[in-house]
Amino acid sequence: MNYKFDFVKARKWFFLFSLATILLGVVSLLVQGLNLGIDFVSGSRLEINLHQAVDKAKADAKLEELGYASPNTRLAGNDKELLIFRTDKALSKEKVIQIRDAFQKVYGKSVAVNEQTVDPIIGRELARNAIYSVLIASIGIIAYITLRFEYRFAFAAIIAILYDALFTISLFSIFQWEVDLVFIAAVLTIVGYSTNDTIVIFDRIRENVKKENPKTFEALSSVVNTSVQQTLVRSINTVLTVVFAALALLIFGGESIKYFSIALLIGLISGAYSSICIASQIWIDWKWRSLKRADQNLQSAE
Amino acid sequence: MRVRKGKVVIFSLCIVAILAIIGSTTKWVTDNLTLGLDLRGGFEVLYKAAPLEKGQKITPSILSDTADALNKRINSIGVTEPEITVEGTDRLRISLAGVKDPDQARKLLGKPAVLEFRDPSGKKVLLKGSDLVQGAAKQDYNSQTNEPVVSVKFKDAKNYADLTGKYVGKQMPIYLDGKELSSPVIQSRIPNGEAMISGNFTVEKAQELADLLNAGSLPVKLTQLSSNAVDASLGQDSLHKSLFAGLYAIGFIFLFVIGYYRLPGVIAVITLISYSYLVLLLFSLLDVTLTLPGIAAYILGIGMAVDANIIMYERIKDELRSGKSIPISTKSGSKSSFITIFDAHVTTIIASAVMFYFGTSGVRGFSVSLLVGIFVSFLTAVALSRILLTLLVRSNLLHKKHSWFGVKEDEISEL
Repeated sequence: MNYKFDFVKARKWFFLFSLATILLGVVSLLVQGLNLGIDFVSGSRLEINLHQAVDKAKADAKLEELGYASPNTRLAGNDKELLIFRTDKALSKEKVIQIRDAFQKVYGKSVAVNEQTVDPIIGRELARNAIYSVLIASIGIIAYITLRFEYRFAFAAIIAILYDALFTISLFSIFQWEVDLVFIAAVLTIVGYSTNDTIVIFDRIRENVKKENPKTFEALSSVVNTSVQQTLVRSINTVLTVVFAALALLIFGGESIKYFSIALLIGLISGAYSSICIASQIWIDWKWRSLKRADQNLQSAE
Repeated sequence: MRVRKGKVVIFSLCIVAILAIIGSTTKWVTDNLTLGLDLRGGFEVLYKAAPLEKGQKITPSILSDTADALNKRINSIGVTEPEITVEGTDRLRISLAGVKDPDQARKLLGKPAVLEFRDPSGKKVLLKGSDLVQGAAKQDYNSQTNEPVVSVKFKDAKNYADLTGKYVGKQMPIYLDGKELSSPVIQSRIPNGEAMISGNFTVEKAQELADLLNAGSLPVKLTQLSSNAVDASLGQDSLHKSLFAGLYAIGFIFLFVIGYYRLPGVIAVITLISYSYLVLLLFSLLDVTLTLPGIAAYILGIGMAVDANIIMYERIKDELRSGKSIPISTKSGSKSSFITIFDAHVTTIIASAVMFYFGTSGVRGFSVSLLVGIFVSFLTAVALSRILLTLLVRSNLLHKKHSWFGVKEDEISEL
């Protein structure tokens, strides 16, 4: 590589960009919140597969006929063959069978229904567990990195991870994509996986710091830049192979894991960005400040 | 330099052996996999157990009795391997994968089915469902009205005879779960212990009650917290789609690593094939139920397993570029990359372990799949890939062939 990008010099822009995206996300979260799936709120969710393109107006009319005033429906699937119908109140099994039979009369015997019913207690528990999970996983990761590296690396890594999680959640809020139980799994995978990249870079920074023993900011920033550049291909390639997998799941995997795949894809890309542009840059600012302080202490002691 | 043929032969034998084992046993492995209900259709329900009477406490032993009773009920309709797990202190999760008629199963599950024969006042319980001969309840017809009924038999025929003798000409109401089914008038003393339960049943309802009575009542009251029913055809559809996605993902990854890393890339592909096989083998040996999120994790896992290969190969390339010879670069590159790979994977292990601890069914399947994947990748992407590459390097077949590692001659600096 002949052209060498100065990542450290551009770090103010990275911070600005990152803060702006997070701010946008927080505003969206405050204004419109998340489109919570059935797992987190009570009620029933029916996924009616009609095996043919659905006319939403016609399907809604059918449901109104059965006594569901202005039904909450949306179409999904590659050929818009899925009708997703949600109710705030749990539907009894008799009601579900009634709906299935009504659709079978119009669209033929192949109509199949997946049904999910959740009580609000469970939804609240799931949401609580999700938050606990992310916190505990973060603490575990901080502890491990502190043990293996130093606390500055650990906190820089965690800020990057939380950025990835928040960025993914923000996009789900902005586009109002449905957040369900597997979304939590996706976010936790991102939390675990995006540290991989960060650790590979930190590992190299530590090695180069030992080798060069930088004393000035220029020297330190050159170490960070070299380390990032040395690991850049690796960072991109490792993420790329997982991105291939997530893309394949998104394109071919079907409706049930569509949003899961989207979440992973966003998180993976954000993870690569945050390792280079957030974690490493926070570390250098922090490290430099403590180097300077140590230096002053030394001088005042003399 | 002379090529050491012995090493080349061992290398080739390794590859042939790996491919032969995988080729010949893959079908057996995949046939032995247990698919979750989201992939083959079925029905899952989460119940909260509440006391039937005041003062009763929900203990682990009561929950396990309830699980046994539910198991009997489910078996009575011919569903095999129902999965019943106790969650927390008062919850039962019942998973019926592959059930043909989920509606029938659901009807049987939740009802306590406490049957009582009471005295004419309707207050005092004379006989209970537990006094019945197990398995003797059956759907029958009233010989006079031809109405569908359930005929039952009491274990203690003498006691029953005495009670019916005592209440001749009076009513002996029959209650199910606290609701009166019917209130027959006892015509005469019944000596043989047989009784008939009527209650405006249809044939199906009568059959259902007979099944419930045979399976026994539940010691607790169950209320449904959540349920999830997946149609068999839709489950299969999900399975096919996710497998298809997996094939594409693997294809892309193979092309990419070979295109980028050349010879080591080919070795990565072999280790990836071994990885995919070993993970499936572990799933079937550990009896992991494969769910849709589980398959997603499996596919992602393949993408993550290559990471170890990539980290190692990039490190080797670094060493080659610094002017070291191929054998030395391979050795120091794979050695120094190991600790990086280890550190990088521990964090994913932490995240998936947390997921396993806090997650419920679907998320758990995902985390198990992820964990198994990471451990196997240490075997394949680290150990196996190092063994194969070292064999090849030691054979001197690669002497000065830097381009086989994807390193250009002009990138190499003088030592």
